[in-house]
Amino acid sequence: MSNTPPDILYSKTHEWTRLEGEEAVVGITFFAQESLGDVTYVELPQEGDSLAAGREFGSVESVKAASELVSPVSGTVIAVNASLENAPETLNTSPYGDGWIARVKLSAAPVGLMDAAAYEAHCASEKH
Amino acid sequence: MPFIPHTPQELEEMLAIVGVRHLDDLFADIPPEMRPRRFRLPKGRSEAAVCAFFEELAARNGTNITSFLGAGFYAHDIPKAVDALAGRSEFYTAYTPYQAECSQGTLQAIFEFQTAVCRLLDMDCANASVYDGGTALFEAAMMAVRATRRQTLAVDEAVNPIWRKMLATYIAGLPITLKIVPQKNGISDLRALSDAPDKECAAIIVQNPNFFGAVADYSEVFAAARAKGALGIISVYPVMQAVLKTPGEMGADVAVAEGQSLGQPLNFGGPYLGLMACKKEHIRQFPGRIAGRATDLNGKTGYVLTLQAREQHIRRAKATSNICSNQALCALRTLICLCLLGHGGLGRQAERGMHLARLAVKRLTSLKGVEPLNAAPYGNETALRFPVPAERLVSALIDRGFAPGYPVGRHYSDMENVLLLACTETNTPEQIDALAEAMGGLL
Amino acid sequence: MKTIFAESVPGRSSGFFESTAPSAAQMLPAGLLRACPPCLPECSELDVVRHFTRLSHLNYSVDANFYPLGSCTMKYNPKFTEYAAGLPGFARLHPLLAQLGRGAAQAQGALRCLYETERLLCEITGMEAFTFQPMAGANGEFAGVSLMVAYHRAKGRKRSKMLIPDSAHGTNPASAALAGLEVVNIESREGMVAPEVLAASIAEYGDNIVGLMMTCPNTLGLMELHLPAIVAELRKIDALLYYDGANMNAILGKMRVGDVGFDVVHLNLHKTFATPHGGGGPGSGPVGVNGRLLPFLPVPRVAMGKDGGFFLDSNLPLSIGAIGPFYGSFSVVVKALAYMLRLGGEGLERVAEYAVLNANYLKKRLEDTLDIPFERPCAHEFVASAPEGLRALDIAKALLDRGFHAPTVYFPLIVRECLMAEPTETESKQTLDAYVDVLREIVEQGRKDPASLTAAPLSMPVRRLDETAAARRMALTEDM
Repeated sequence: MSNTPPDILYSKTHEWTRLEGEEAVVGITFFAQESLGDVTYVELPQEGDSLAAGREFGSVESVKAASELVSPVSGTVIAVNASLENAPETLNTSPYGDGWIARVKLSAAPVGLMDAAAYEAHCASEKH
Repeated sequence: MPFIPHTPQELEEMLAIVGVRHLDDLFADIPPEMRPRRFRLPKGRSEAAVCAFFEELAARNGTNITSFLGAGFYAHDIPKAVDALAGRSEFYTAYTPYQAECSQGTLQAIFEFQTAVCRLLDMDCANASVYDGGTALFEAAMMAVRATRRQTLAVDEAVNPIWRKMLATYIAGLPITLKIVPQKNGISDLRALSDAPDKECAAIIVQNPNFFGAVADYSEVFAAARAKGALGIISVYPVMQAVLKTPGEMGADVAVAEGQSLGQPLNFGGPYLGLMACKKEHIRQFPGRIAGRATDLNGKTGYVLTLQAREQHIRRAKATSNICSNQALCALRTLICLCLLGHGGLGRQAERGMHLARLAVKRLTSLKGVEPLNAAPYGNETALRFPVPAERLVSALIDRGFAPGYPVGRHYSDMENVLLLACTETNTPEQIDALAEAMGGLL
Repeated sequence: MKTIFAESVPGRSSGFFESTAPSAAQMLPAGLLRACPPCLPECSELDVVRHFTRLSHLNYSVDANFYPLGSCTMKYNPKFTEYAAGLPGFARLHPLLAQLGRGAAQAQGALRCLYETERLLCEITGMEAFTFQPMAGANGEFAGVSLMVAYHRAKGRKRSKMLIPDSAHGTNPASAALAGLEVVNIESREGMVAPEVLAASIAEYGDNIVGLMMTCPNTLGLMELHLPAIVAELRKIDALLYYDGANMNAILGKMRVGDVGFDVVHLNLHKTFATPHGGGGPGSGPVGVNGRLLPFLPVPRVAMGKDGGFFLDSNLPLSIGAIGPFYGSFSVVVKALAYMLRLGGEGLERVAEYAVLNANYLKKRLEDTLDIPFERPCAHEFVASAPEGLRALDIAKALLDRGFHAPTVYFPLIVRECLMAEPTETESKQTLDAYVDVLREIVEQGRKDPASLTAAPLSMPVRRLDETAAARRMALTEDM
C-alpha cells in the first residue's frame, strides 16, 4: 500500500478521512505513525460523541511520545475500532486499513483538507 | 574548600583550557548591574561545629513528652534494618531511574512497592508514590474529574481537615466545586453520603477510619456513587488496613493513604509519602511514575518506568499531573518495613494500638464527666468529650509532660470539649494510667 | 533477580513485632474486617537484608559513579547532613505538637531550623520570604503559580495565560495547567527568550497574562542575556516573573533573582543544596517571594516573637491555604541548612564557580568529539548533539558499560539528539578527564562500527529492555 493513498483526504495534523456518502472513516496517516514510533495505546472516542473538525477527539501514545487526535471532519461517532484497545500496533502495521479509528456520520461537508499530492508536500516541508 | 576537590594547580590548568584567567570571568554573561546587591551569609563552619549546633537544637525539642497525638500521623516502632537498608547510598544517592539498565535496584523496588501497596489496599495498580496523603487525595480527585468529565466532588466532612484544606487550595484555580457532606457527632453519615452523588458528581470521597477514628463499611456509598456514574475514593490508615475491610472489598475505584506510618519517622511533618492505588480501568488517568516488568534483548526479566506518555516530561500541559520527583526513598522504606513486619507484624501493630485505645477509653471515661463522643466502632484512635475545653486541657497537660491528643474543636463546631486520642504500640498501659492521673487533677 | 514476594516462605517471620493484644475480631464487628490478611512477604530479617542489599548492587549512584545528569545537579551528598537530620530530637517530633497550646515551646529547635533556613535562602536569592511547604520542585512550581494567580485575583483580575519558553522543563507547563491556566509557548531564539518574541505574545494576549516562567540559566545551559528587557516588558502589564530554581547551582553568589526582578522562585534543595535524590525523591521545593506576593503565602509560617522564641503564625488573611500538610519535607530542610552552614557564603559562591568551571572545561574538551551548538561559554551545564550518524541513546548506553552514568538525553526537545551534561562542582579533574576519554572512545567506536553501539549495554544487570512491549502488556505488580 502506498504511504499516501490517493482516494482519501488528509489534514495538516496528520489524520486522514475516507468519505463514504454521508459517513466518513477517520484514522492517522503513515507519516503520523512513523513519527510516533511503536504505538502502545489509543484513546478512542465513544460511540455517540460529537466531533468538530479541528477539535481533539482522542490520543495516541508510544513509549516516548503522545499525540492528540484532531478530527478532520464534523459529525457523530457511529462506530469505533475497539480492536485497537488490545492491538494498538495495528496503527503501525495498517494505518489506512485495519488501523482505522472511528466511523462518523457527517454533519457537514469537510473543508480545508488536502489531497495526496498536497499532503506529501506538507510532510516534506515538516521534515525540514 | 569542602566538597570541591580541585587543587590550585588543577584550577590553573582548567582555567587555561577554558580560556579565562579568573573564575569570575566565567560569569561575564551576568553584567555588574545584575550582580548581588548583597550576599551577607555567615562564614563556613567545621563539620564538628555544625553537628554540635544541630545536636543542641534537637535537644530543645520535647520528644520525651508522652504523646497520644495522631490525627492521621502516628508514631510507630520502625525496624532499624529499615534505616540500614534505605541508608545504602546506592539507593539514596541515585536519581530517578531514567536509565533502566543501571537502575534495576530502584526499579525492582518500585515494582515490589507497587505490589505491596496493591495487596494491602486490595487494588489492581499502584504508582511509585506521590508527596503525601493530601496530594494523593487531590490526585485521586483529579482522576475522577478527568474520567467522568464532571466537576463536583462530594467530600465527607469527617475526612481529615488537614487534607480537606489542601484539596481546597489545590482546586482553587479550577472550575471544581466541593460539596461537603456533614458528619454527625463524629460519625460519617452513610445515608447522606449515598444520597450525595448526582449527575454532576465526579467522585465521593471518604476516609476509613474517619478523622474521629470511627470505622465503617462504605460499600453502599460506593455502590450508590457507581449507580450515578461517579467514582468512589477512599483514604485509609495503612496500618489499620492490615485488619480492616479493604477498599477493594468495598468497591472503591481509587484508594489513597498517608504512608508515613509505614516506616517513616514523624520528622516534624516530612518527608512522608502518599500511597495511591486504583482499579485497572482507571490506569490511564493515573498520575506519577509507574514501574513495569519487561524483558531485555536476551529474554531476561527487568523493570522499566512505563506508561510515561501520561507524564509531564512527554505530555507537558496535558499530563495527568505535574509530579516529577516523588517520594522514592520513603517508598523504599515503606516496602522494607512491610517486608520486615509481614502481615502478622502489621496486624499485631494494628491490634496493639486498638487494644491500648480501648484501655485508654476505659480508664479516661472513668474520670468524672468524660465520655466517648459516640458509640461507633473505632480502631486505634477515638474522640472523647470532656467537661472542659479540650484546648485548655491540652495546654495544661503539655506543661505536665503529656500531649494527650488533638482538640478537634478548631475544625468542627460544637466540639470545643472534644479530644482525639490515639494509641500505637509505642504507648504503654503505664502511660495511660499516668495520663488519667494527670487529667484527673485538671477536671 | 527474584522479587521479595517470590522469596517469601509461608509461616516465616522476622519476629520484629510480637504482642499479646486481643485479635481484631474480638474488638470489631466481623463486617468491618478484611476477609483475609494482606499477602505481604514472609521473611526473616536476613532474607530482607540480603534481598535489598543485592538490589542496591544493581544501581549506579553518585557515591559510586560519575552521574552527569543535566538539570539534576547530582553533586556529592555530604554524610554529616544525614546525621544532623536523623537526630532523635527531630525524627521523633510530631508536627502537630507545635500547633497545640504551649506546644511550640516543645518544638523550638525545629522551628528555629525552619526560621534560619528561611533567612539564609532570602539572603541567597534576594527574596523577602520563603515557604517550605512544597514537597518537590514541581510542587513548588504549582505553589508559585498559585501565588501569582492569587496576586492578580486580589487586584480583581481574572487572568488565564502563562508564558513558558519551549526550552522549559515539562513540569512548568504541567504546573501551570494544573493551576487552571492556559500555556502560551514562547519560541527560543538562539537558545534564549527574545524580547521581540515576548512582546509579540504580550501584544496578542495583553493583560490576560499572569506571568512568565523562566529557567535561568536556561535548559540549554545558557544565561538569558535579555533579562532587564524581559522584566521591563512584563512590568508594563503588571505580569509576574517566575524563576525555576532547577539551575540555581550556576548563580549562587553571582546573581540574586530578587535583585534582578523575579517575583517568585522555587528552589530544589535536593539539587543546589546537596540533599540526596533518593532514587527519585524525597525532594523539597521551597518557594521564595518578594513583597508583592508575600501576603498570599501558605500558612502556617514560622515567626519569631519579641522574646526571641519561635511560633507558628497562621494570621495571613490572603493566604492561598495549604500546599502541604505541615512545614514541608522538614528533614530535607535540615540537611540543606547543615550544608549551607558548613559552606558559608564564601563556600556557596565557590560552588557556583567550580560548577561552571567544570562544565566549561568538559565542554571545551569535548568540542571535537560531540556537536556543540552554542559556542558561548556555558553555565553549570551544556547541551551537545551526538555526532552525525550516531544516536544520543546509543552513546548513553555505551557510557553505562564503562562505569559512567549517562547525561540527560533527548532534553531539551529543541536540540537534535541531545546529550545534556552537568558535572557539578564536586567532581575532580581526573573524573572529568576520564569521562572525556571514554566519550571519545565511544564515538570512535561508533564511527567504525555503528552496530556495536546499538548493542550496548552489555555489562549491566540487564540489556536494553523492551519498553514498547512493557507498555502494551502492562505488568505493574506481581499479580498482573
